[in-house]
Parts: sequence; structure tokens; C-alpha cells
Amino acid sequence: MLANYGYKDGSGEYFITIDTEKCNGCGDCVNVCPYQVMEVGEDENDPFREGKVAKVSEEHRKKIKYSCAPCKPVSKREVEPCRKACTLGAIAHSW
Amino acid sequence: MEREYWRWPESRFTAEDIDWRKGEIISAGVDVGSVSSQAVVLVDGKLFCYSNTRTGADSPQSAQKAMDMALEGTGMSLDDIHYIVGTGYGRVNVPFAKRAITEIACHARGANFMYGPSVRTILDMGGQDCKAIHCDDKGKVTNFLMNDKCAAGTGRGMEVFADLLSIPIEEMGRLSFQIDEEPEPVSSTCVIFAKSEAVGLLRKGWPKEKVLAAYCSAMAHRVVELLERIGVEKEFAVTGGIAKNEGVVKRIERELQIKALEPTYDTQIAGALGAALFAKALVEKERGLR
Amino acid sequence: MYVAGIDCGAKYVKVIIIRNGEIIGRGSVLSGFDVKGSLNEALKKAMEQPKISAEDLSYVVATGTGKGEVDFAQATMTEVTANAKALNFLFPSVRTVIDVGAEEGRAIRINELGKVIDFAINEKCAAGAGTFTETMARALEIPLEEMGPLSLKSQKSVPMNAQCAVFAESEVVSLIHAKHAKEDIARAVHDAIADRIASMARKIGIERDVALVGGVARNVGFVDSLKRDLQVELLIPEQPEFSCAFGAALLAAERAKGG
Repeated sequence: MLANYGYKDGSGEYFITIDTEKCNGCGDCVNVCPYQVMEVGEDENDPFREGKVAKVSEEHRKKIKYSCAPCKPVSKREVEPCRKACTLGAIAHSW
Repeated sequence: MEREYWRWPESRFTAEDIDWRKGEIISAGVDVGSVSSQAVVLVDGKLFCYSNTRTGADSPQSAQKAMDMALEGTGMSLDDIHYIVGTGYGRVNVPFAKRAITEIACHARGANFMYGPSVRTILDMGGQDCKAIHCDDKGKVTNFLMNDKCAAGTGRGMEVFADLLSIPIEEMGRLSFQIDEEPEPVSSTCVIFAKSEAVGLLRKGWPKEKVLAAYCSAMAHRVVELLERIGVEKEFAVTGGIAKNEGVVKRIERELQIKALEPTYDTQIAGALGAALFAKALVEKERGLR
Repeated sequence: MYVAGIDCGAKYVKVIIIRNGEIIGRGSVLSGFDVKGSLNEALKKAMEQPKISAEDLSYVVATGTGKGEVDFAQATMTEVTANAKALNFLFPSVRTVIDVGAEEGRAIRINELGKVIDFAINEKCAAGAGTFTETMARALEIPLEEMGPLSLKSQKSVPMNAQCAVFAESEVVSLIHAKHAKEDIARAVHDAIADRIASMARKIGIERDVALVGGVARNVGFVDSLKRDLQVELLIPEQPEFSCAFGAALLAAERAKGG
């Protein structure tokens, strides 16, 4: 399942996508995120799946553009820590 | 606001041809949304009764009201139901539910029931959110996004315009086509800026219907952009309150060049229906039937 | 030699008239639906003080969302460059400028010469600019000017979940029904928008000194929330809503001299 967390508003589209087929719930992304945006828990959209999966915490889903802003500077942009940490390539950012 | 322009009227339904007392598994789902709440009861997986009500200030009370209304006149009571699943924004506040399941999962299941196993892309627009979901032939979610941050593309966004133009929600679809030609869509996606734009258009002498068409057009375009993020695969179906607004639905179909499947049930019950289906599956699991 | 800078903002048209590097006239009029009419009115207001007329203006530079409406302007400039110029002139120590208007929020990094290094803009979403506070003031049923002072009376914060001005309006109404004090709600409103502005500022990096301009800088509640969020002092010029018009007027002065 491709779980897209975030939103689209007048200023743009901001989504963090977790590929739950690839994610193994290791939690590396949680450890490197400086703002507690990522978390690991049950797959809330697949009631019969066992095992943990990464997701964006509820608190940040509606303000992801602002929560992730420090990791997306206008200049000297690098790969975000969460994406860098995920060796399985389960995380994508739309902006 | 004396007249509520934008809320769909409450309703209920009972399938007179089903004798629930003969049912093996009686399951129910309750969807407590920010604007409306629905309850659906299935008897052995067949739709028995449902209600579509307005959410009040209190989630548990709204859940109870929806459930009571669904059961009205059926002779069934809460105790007769083997398993109840809660969903929607207020899903953790359904006191009599045994489990809460997300609206994404429930909408996919519900749409699969309502539209059949050929449905792959579901667009749901509720009171305060907008969802785009891909599912497989069993109604399992394969891709989704939900936007509940921004009012554009939600029922609330439509309310602002229903209010501004003093047009009741049931009329919006029809009236938005009473124009000579399709106007340019309003340029702002943001509901607040779009409203200012609309006020300017009205002052310029635009008739209400034309302003409404411009807004529906902008809404449809925005929703299509969201859908295109996950891709639109046939068959395509629309659930939620917006499915009843042909002003937006027809324009979405036009832009996508894809026709949405015709609804046969009240499109607002998709979430509660999916929840009731999950409830049935959970009973079967408990009884070792799965 | 008189020159003018005209900032056609989303909500107000602002005009600054300069002579010999000094502001000698200013005018601000609601943009409304007749922008051309409003800008002529604002220009008239600005010209009243020095008692001049349009023919006396050697050079006019326009900026703002509606700069295209100023058909008599000799040049236009972006709000980003206008702000950079204005702040470098007013406070040469400024390296970061935050501009919050009615419909747009901007964060700009400048160097010691006032040259723009980086910028970020929050646009097209009412939650990122002054319209947010205005909408909440309506929901609280208090005049916009009172939002700031009221929120400073608050002793505690109330969580606000909505990130959209339309949803926040409903949330404020339910907070009022839940008997939360208006000053606490007002403070939550300012904290919410300050958080968004601060976050946008962090995208370009915050280097002192930091200046705050735009109409929203007049809101003491917002200023307080922003200071707390960024943990810096904020330099705010007198009449902060005129900063873009001032920057445009400075450019006009340079151009008129043949610069």
C-alpha cells in the first residue's frame, strides 16, 4: 500500500509517501527525524496486517509543510534524514 | 444562520424483505464524521438498515443517534448486534463499538460493496475532508491520500459558497449548469480567497449561477489534481456527500474523461457500510470461520 | 525632486513620497474591487502633505500583487527586492526580513549591501498570512485592532488543531462554546500563525538582526508569539506596512538620479 500523508492547499502539495510493501517497521527513520514527525506502529489502514509500519504522526499530518521545513532549506538542500536513513527506499517526499 | 444551506437532509432505510431474526451474523458500522454520521446494519453481509444523520457537538451522542435512527422500527436492539465497528473522525468515541478502523480502509470496503469488485479508484469528499483511494477487487486499500487540512474540496468549502450565494445544497448541482457557457474557474484554490474573488464577480454583475459554475469548476480541477497524484484507474466511483452534487461530479468526469459508476445506495453510507463489513469479517474470525 | 513608491497590496494600496531621501508624504487606502480608483486615492492622500500633484513626480516605481494596475509607473519591482532595499536603508544591521501581509508571508535573507541571498514565500493560503487573524477576529466578534492587546492578557495556551482558516473559524466557535476565555483563544490564534511564519523563515535560515514588517507587524499579539517562537528580538520600523512602498520609492529615487 502506498500511504500518502500530508495535504494540498492553495500554496502547494506536500505529501510524505510510505510504501508499506517495502517498509519493515525498523524505525530508523523515527530515530533520525529531528522533529518527531515519523513514528512506527500498526498499519491503521490494513486491519488484518500484523507487524509494524512507519507512518507520519497524526500531529504533523496537517502541517507537514511546516514540520519538515527545517530539513528543506532553500539553499544547500540535501537528502532529508528520514529518506537517507531508509535503506529499503520506502519513503518518498513530494516536495 | 437560520437556514442550513449545505447539509444534506437526514434519512433512514430498512430492507423490508430481510427477516433479521433469521440471520447468523448481525454486524454494524458507525461512521462519525465532522458534519454527518451514519450507521449501517448488515444481516449476513446483506444491507438491512441504515441512517444518515447530522453530527452534533458530541461524538458519542452522535454515534448513538445514528444507531438509534438506523434501528428505528426494525424491532432490533443494540444487544442483537454481534459486532460493531466505529469509523470516521470520531471513531474512537463510539462507546458501543468493539473496534475502531480508519475511514480509508472502511471507504474502500464500502465502495467495493456498493459498486462491485471492478471499482479501483474511489473519490470521497466528506464534510471536512477529501480522500482519494485505490483498492483491489476485494476492497483492500493499495494507495491512498487524505486531505483534511484544507477546506478546498470539502463540503465545508461548498458551504461557504452555498451561504454566499444563498443556494441550498440540493440545488447547487442543477443551478451550476444554468449558464450560457462554462466560465473560467475562480483562480484561487483557497476558499477564503475564492470567496473574495466571487464577491468581486457578483459586483461585476455575474449571475449567481455563473459564479457557482466558476467555483464548482475550480473545485473539480483541484480534486482532479489530487486524484492524479495517485492516478485514476477504472472503474472510478465517488462516495460521500459530494457525490450528490452533480455540479462538481460532472465537471470532474469531464476533466478526467472518465465516467463515474452510477450509485445505487446513498453515497454517504460508504464508510459505515465498510465498517459493518469489517465487523462481519471479525465475527467470522472469532468464530473460526476464516 | 519628488519620487513615489506604490505598493498595491491585496488588502491596502500604500504610497510613499520621498524627497532627498526623506519621506514627506504617505497614503494608505483599502484596495477593494476598484484597485485603480483606490491607488489614485492613496496617491492623492500622500500628495496632500507636501502639497504636490502628480506632474511633480519625477519617477514612480510600483510593487505588490497589483503592480500591473499602476499604468503610470516607470518601473516595477518585486516585493522581495523592495523589502530588501527598505530594510537595508532603515536598519543596516538587518540580515533577515520577515514580511507578513494580508495574503502573503515572506522571509528574506539579505547581505550587508541589501542584496537578496535567499527568500521563501507563503502564498495562496489564507492560513499563512494576515487574513487568518482577520477571520478569527470576526469569529471572536472583536475588532481586528483589539486582537493583539487582548491576546497579551492570556495566561495560558489553548491547542488549535485546524491548519486552515475556514476550519479554524469553526474551531474558534466551538472553543467559545466550550467557555474558553477569548484572550486565550486569541493567543492561540497568534501562536498558530507565528508558528507557520517562523517555520517558513527557518527555510532560509535566521541570521540576526531580524526585522518584521507588513501590516501584521502592528499586531502586538503576533509579534509576541513570533518572538517566543524564534527566540530573537525583532526590529520593527514605524508604520511597518509601508516598507515595500518605501523600498519602491528608494528605487525610484535612484533611478530618477540616473542610477
